[in-house]
Amino acid sequence: MNDPSRETTMTMQERSVARPGMCLLPKAVLRIAPRLLAMISPIAAIVLALFISMLLLIAAGYNPARAYTVMWQGAFGDLRAISEVLIKATPLILIGSGLAVAFRCSIWNIGAEGQFYAGAVGATIVGIFITSLPSYLMIPLVLLVGTLLGALWGMLAGYLRVRFNANEIVTTIMLNYIAIIGTGYLVTGPLMDPAGGKYPQTARIVEAAMLPRFLPPTRLHIGFIIALIVAVILYLLIFKTSIGYAIRTVGINPVTARYAGIHVERHVLLAMAISGGAAGLAGAIEVAGISFRLYQQISPGYGFEGIAVALLANNHPLGIILSGILFGALRSGAEVMQISAKVPSVLVFVIQGLVILCVVAFGLYRLHSRWEPRPEKE
Amino acid sequence: MDTSAMILFVQTILSATWRLATPMIYASIGEVFTERSGVLNIGLEGFMLLGAFAGFAVTYFTGSLALGILGAVLCGLIFGLLFALFTVTIKANQIVVGAAFNLIGLGLTGFLYRAWFVNKAQGIQAFPPIDIPYLSAIPFLGPVLFRHNILVYCTVPLVLIAGFVLYKTAFGLAVRSVGEHPKAADTAGVSVSLIRYAGVLIGTTLTSLGGAYLTLAHTNQFVEGITTGRGFIALAVVVFGRWSPKGAFWSSLLFGLFYALQLRLQAIANITIPYQFLQALPYVMTLLTLILLRGRAISPKALGVPYQKSA
Repeated sequence: MNDPSRETTMTMQERSVARPGMCLLPKAVLRIAPRLLAMISPIAAIVLALFISMLLLIAAGYNPARAYTVMWQGAFGDLRAISEVLIKATPLILIGSGLAVAFRCSIWNIGAEGQFYAGAVGATIVGIFITSLPSYLMIPLVLLVGTLLGALWGMLAGYLRVRFNANEIVTTIMLNYIAIIGTGYLVTGPLMDPAGGKYPQTARIVEAAMLPRFLPPTRLHIGFIIALIVAVILYLLIFKTSIGYAIRTVGINPVTARYAGIHVERHVLLAMAISGGAAGLAGAIEVAGISFRLYQQISPGYGFEGIAVALLANNHPLGIILSGILFGALRSGAEVMQISAKVPSVLVFVIQGLVILCVVAFGLYRLHSRWEPRPEKE
Repeated sequence: MDTSAMILFVQTILSATWRLATPMIYASIGEVFTERSGVLNIGLEGFMLLGAFAGFAVTYFTGSLALGILGAVLCGLIFGLLFALFTVTIKANQIVVGAAFNLIGLGLTGFLYRAWFVNKAQGIQAFPPIDIPYLSAIPFLGPVLFRHNILVYCTVPLVLIAGFVLYKTAFGLAVRSVGEHPKAADTAGVSVSLIRYAGVLIGTTLTSLGGAYLTLAHTNQFVEGITTGRGFIALAVVVFGRWSPKGAFWSSLLFGLFYALQLRLQAIANITIPYQFLQALPYVMTLLTLILLRGRAISPKALGVPYQKSA
């Protein structure tokens, strides 16, 4: 029973039935309890994480009540605050649900940050240099090119993995640095705004490439709706299609998958393409919806935060919509907290890390899997 | 460039190589023990930041470098225990927990730094370079090998001791067997959990020390995100060094060389390559080395798999 792959195939129900103490409960409770627990435990994790962070705030000499009040108001105080939360949730939902596909395949893509940059670069180039298309062609084109570049950047790591057996954790991290440094080169070199003085940024994209905003005067744009649609599509892909089934099988046990006639390498590449594409789309939407141009630090770490977003929701795209909004709220609230209560906003990283640990501690997230299911040679 | 300038150029690069490799040497040799015992800690970057901050903060408030080092060691042990609790005892997914520690390392050090040190005089008295008598006077070799600080010199005994412990002692045998075949080790009476706790703690403590080197010797202050990916590169170094302390040592030096080249070439005024191309050098080289290593990197068999005792 120490085969890790078998462990993952156990459903939540089977696992709780297996716990001796729960045998005394009536069947109905047995059926509902695991689901209830699955819903409550992320909330309990957040509460516990906020409690530990409160101790940290006290230790550092801040007033936690004031910090959290300001944070709450910063996230949900008025319509503008809420729209900012959703704007920040947009890339997180996209990246998170893309990563869910890779993680379900046991491909540890840490490279969403770089894939986000790749998408932002693609979108910017299209948005600057193609000037004569109408909006209804321009916007799809911008988003498509961003998605494609992100997918290619992701597939590069996938290719290194299936062809050279290069560990994807290491390669995706290296590709992050290369993408970020490459963006730095572009915005200070070939793509630098000729009219912008010495600022390391590109020119603005054309008007036709900008995403429409639907809740004026806020900045909320249709990118949020796109993110919701993508999350639903990826949910259907993972759980309702044979491709998703194959991807999950590869993730649970690549050897079994191969015996079942599944082309493992192809699905690893596909999972990397999907997760890279989603991150690239997020980068394109950030450019076309918010920043309208490319600059050095266009991502404040969305790619890394997306990992936590996906894990918190146990790699379930519908749950990721919620955890994405939660993390968007944490980030948005933390920024206001820094300005109004002078509490450093980096606290939000501690809260996020603690949320993950608390979810883990509650025992619901035990996705055992081989780190490196080696493709068999010959 | 004439010959003497060329020699000087090479000498500067080589003497910087060892210094720049040092944090990676500590972290990667530690991680060799962790991974050899079957646990993968991708949180190295976070642990390195924690060590860098703990070392700096303790030295700042006490004025003692020795206490700073002790602080970094304790910090590595405490957070390492937490990491081991989650990965070994709770048997959680190691990558998930590692990712969480990266976030916590980044957030906690940034938060405390801004809370305690912003708007203060920020330097400490760093470890001074020690010139080895006579040897440091040798032309070329002297500056390259014998004019470093104590933490740089310590990497040599470290790699020797690590190699001895891993390959010549009962403990080392236990570590290796637990990482290859935990069930067999368990049957033979080795406590898998205990050995993995030890493997994790050796790793986090040495990584923390590598971080402290950055704030106590390499520079004399803490900066947010001071590790700039060195923890991640240490992970690649372990693979490249094929999970042996000696391999980790030499691969770290190789990456130190990439860093040194990059910094040095940036400093040359008349060079026409955009500096970002040089900046990307260590990362591109990491990718290339992984490609060149195809198939030869055989990881410990049980790496990343929590051990479940059968009932």
